[in-house]
Amino acid sequence: MRPSHLVGGKTMKTTIPKEELVYSGHLACQGCGATLAMRYTLKALGQNTVYSVPACCWSVIDGPFPYTSLQIPLFHTAFETAASMASGIQAGFAIRGKGDINVVAWAGDGGTVDIGIQALSGMVERGDNVLYICYDNEAYMNTGIQRSGSTPVGAWTTTTPPPHFKKSPKKDMVAIMVAHHIPYTATGNIAYPEDWIKKVNKAKEIVGPKYLQILASCPPGWKHSSEISIEVVRLATSTRKWPLYEVENGNYKFTRMTRKFVPVSEFLKLQGRFRHLTEEEIDVIQLLVEEHWADLCAKAGIENQFADKLEGYTEKVKKHHPQWFHIEED
Amino acid sequence: MMAEKYEIKISGAKDMPPMAASLGKMLVNKTGSWRNIRPLVIPEKCNGCSLCWKFCPDFCINIDGDYPIINYDYCKGCGVCAHECPTEAIVMEEEIK
Amino acid sequence: MRKVITGNHTVSYAAKITRSEVVAAYPITPQTQVVEKISSFCADGEMDAIFIKVESEHSACAACIGASAAGARAFTATSSQGLALMHEMLHWAANARTPIVIANINRAMGPPWSIWTDQNDSLSQRDTGWIHYYCEGNQDVLDSIIQAFKVSETVSVPSLVILDAFFLSHTSEPVDLRDQKLVDKFLPKYEAKWKLDPKDPHTYGGLTGPDRYYELRYNLQKDFLRVEKVMDKVHQEFKELFGREYGRVEPFMADDAEILLVVSGTISSTAKQAVVDAREAGLKLGSLKIRVFRPFPFDLVKKYLKGKKAIAVIDRNYSFGGEGIFYSEVKSAMYDEPHLPIYSYIAGLGGRDVAVKDILAIANLAKEGKCDHPTWWGVKL
Repeated sequence: MRPSHLVGGKTMKTTIPKEELVYSGHLACQGCGATLAMRYTLKALGQNTVYSVPACCWSVIDGPFPYTSLQIPLFHTAFETAASMASGIQAGFAIRGKGDINVVAWAGDGGTVDIGIQALSGMVERGDNVLYICYDNEAYMNTGIQRSGSTPVGAWTTTTPPPHFKKSPKKDMVAIMVAHHIPYTATGNIAYPEDWIKKVNKAKEIVGPKYLQILASCPPGWKHSSEISIEVVRLATSTRKWPLYEVENGNYKFTRMTRKFVPVSEFLKLQGRFRHLTEEEIDVIQLLVEEHWADLCAKAGIENQFADKLEGYTEKVKKHHPQWFHIEED
Repeated sequence: MMAEKYEIKISGAKDMPPMAASLGKMLVNKTGSWRNIRPLVIPEKCNGCSLCWKFCPDFCINIDGDYPIINYDYCKGCGVCAHECPTEAIVMEEEIK
Repeated sequence: MRKVITGNHTVSYAAKITRSEVVAAYPITPQTQVVEKISSFCADGEMDAIFIKVESEHSACAACIGASAAGARAFTATSSQGLALMHEMLHWAANARTPIVIANINRAMGPPWSIWTDQNDSLSQRDTGWIHYYCEGNQDVLDSIIQAFKVSETVSVPSLVILDAFFLSHTSEPVDLRDQKLVDKFLPKYEAKWKLDPKDPHTYGGLTGPDRYYELRYNLQKDFLRVEKVMDKVHQEFKELFGREYGRVEPFMADDAEILLVVSGTISSTAKQAVVDAREAGLKLGSLKIRVFRPFPFDLVKKYLKGKKAIAVIDRNYSFGGEGIFYSEVKSAMYDEPHLPIYSYIAGLGGRDVAVKDILAIANLAKEGKCDHPTWWGVKL
């Protein structure tokens, strides 16, 4: 029996714009988070947008010449040039009186936090009117899951096989951007498209450099089945491993507050890339979560209701693994 | 076949723009053939929340009507729609090939 | 308007007079004065351009490509290590068919650190798909940049305009800065045939398989084959408007010469003096300057070298494990003339002075058929 509210047609509710600027038929893997990141972003930006895309999963997802999956112009560029190419495109438009076009640098995490960080830093420091978006799947997925500076501590990749799994924490790119006095920077998560679209809309209105980083799941790289692509990243936020916040002119603000304690193991256990971790090692990861959270709470000027977790874990981790993640395997 | 109308005919160098500029849409590529399991919508169970559409990584769910309609030409069978559905109105079934 | 200015400032004036709309540059000795002057042009409102002060040459080239892809005229200048850092993007510019122009001040590659001239920086970029101009004087620098934009924008291939460190970059010469109105007539506003446009969206440079990549490169070479004709036409038009004659090569007393020097860059002027001196001493010497290195003027080299008693190619560069780079090209041009002796002389690496007496000595060696293939002229053993 069909529910009565559905009778009569055109009754499906949507919380994000219906307009699509992406086509089906693209080359992403099943359950790919990066495609959703693109789709949500374009819903916010609209047609008057141009992308600069370095080597990353999207160099392949978009499709081979002479085809494309996008309804906006995209310029493929070399790995380290997402930001500098975007600066040039923006200047080229501006000098011809077309400065209103949204110029977006769209890069993966390797192209952002590793090889592209210099060009990104230069672009932000100069104050160019570019929206830089990093879709973060936490490793070089397009080349076959090699570790990047954005791979989280504890993770397996093809270049960090256990016991030599990733020993150093993920680079905090948002903090690096804040240190550049960037007008606007924020985190996002494909499980929360409404939050993301709000942030992209906000960034769109700001003249100057903007940096957004959206966590996007990768079933083959994270070693989970494709149907839990959304569930797994939702847990990244509800376990506070990937908090959602924004920093506007240096002012931190959470855009999604977490009240209930969910242990980080809930996030980790869904993914094969963390399968090798011992309980003690997971404790260290929990400590990192608590440290980051405490830091963010302090910056946002709010009380850290999980402060007790931090104390307890500090002692526990100190006892077992003094600065475990900095020490290479002997 | 639906996808064929998107085919771009390039026989050689003379048909190409100076740089590799796209001329057609990836709709030419029917990714439905990648599928091992297929989502099946049970309209009676649908509450109209459209979460399946929102989280579909292949953009192949139509919500213009009263319940989601899946475009099997492109659905890769990832299973996100069924997993996210709060009312179990989508189930994954073995693909018959 | 005539002004006594350095080669570097000539480059800055060229950027201004060609109405370059986006300049993205990074400082490197001996190019710094180029960007300093362009900065002040922009600051004073004399130049309506956006100057992106990038954090590296790699980004400079990338930003120029982006600006060009957006439909604007883009320019930058660099040297040596900077050009080497751009290498990846030089390929990108040519393959993306963005007609940007780069002025490169020839400077030796390190280590050891050297800031003085030789051609190994630019010749290492030989196969990147760019048009290469080698300049002899500051007027040549100005005119080559004006012409380069016209040629590049006609065939959608970028151009490298090359001048010697210090011998041109820091040497003042009188330069006719041209009338802006005439330059505007010669070089109208750039209208890109393919550009980034949200109203006509295309993806540029997407993954291309072996079934199509090959044809795209064939198309690039096909347009390179057009360059010579386009250049000859551009040189004619330039002559009519500005009264100064240019060719892809420049012969000097070549027609009746028995021994012919093949030279490039500032060595060309010194060679002219050597030719005059040699003629006075009774040696029938001539010279041929290679002005355009890519596309290599095989037709003209053949024409001028045919029937000579001996050819002396002077290379301010070297392909290690190979030979002088101009020498290779000249030999390849003269493949049909197996009995023509072509001798290779290396000179002036790292800015070592190549004086008239050196060139005369080289000419005499060639006359006597003395060459060690190559002879490293003046090397202290």
